Amino acid sequence: VANQVKLVRAPIAVAELQQRIRDGSDGAVCVFEGIVRNNTRGRLTQYLEYEAYETMAQQELERLVQQAMQQFAVREVIVHHRLGRIEICEASVFIAVASAHRAAAFDACRWLIDMLKKQVPIWKKEFFVDGAVWADGEPFPAEVKA
Amino acid sequence: LLFGVLKDVYASVPAPSEMPSGATVDSILSHYRQSVPQQAPLLKSIAVAVNSEFARLSTKLNDGDEVALLPPVSGG
Repeated sequence: VANQVKLVRAPIAVAELQQRIRDGSDGAVCVFEGIVRNNTRGRLTQYLEYEAYETMAQQELERLVQQAMQQFAVREVIVHHRLGRIEICEASVFIAVASAHRAAAFDACRWLIDMLKKQVPIWKKEFFVDGAVWADGEPFPAEVKA
Repeated sequence: LLFGVLKDVYASVPAPSEMPSGATVDSILSHYRQSVPQQAPLLKSIAVAVNSEFARLSTKLNDGDEVALLPPVSGG
């Protein structure tokens, strides 16, 4: 699982990963990219900075990937999350799911990004023209809250 | 370890050092609640990790444990 999940500081090699994941037995590759939007509720964003509790984020992402592969019976999953400063339109997260059929690939991809956004310890700070704030974040599910 | 907004809020608060035996995750939170009372509500929405695993308020701490306070996450 370790080489399916990566926290990276350089731009995510989106095209290369999309090539790498495919196999003759696949009928579908579903890709989700989270990219940096130029505003939050109308306030103009200049760039974002992401930080993570890296050991735990790696471990939690590996667990989610394992769970997704079992639950949705997909063949392969790759998740890369970028940290540090990220500019508008650049990808902060990349998820690719390869599977024999499209339904499972779509479902697994959607499930992975939703779970990532709920409980993987990664945070973003938004830098606006007139200041910077940590994003509010999503409330933790009851199972993981202290 | 503190992350995100908690790192800023508690920047000047020393980490709890000597914890009595039998200390729990909640003992750590009390330390921060009392240091900056006006920010105590922040601690209601957090998760806590002990040695990189999600923990409960009642989780007991041992010598050398790494405790991380995690504000609501905003990855993706």
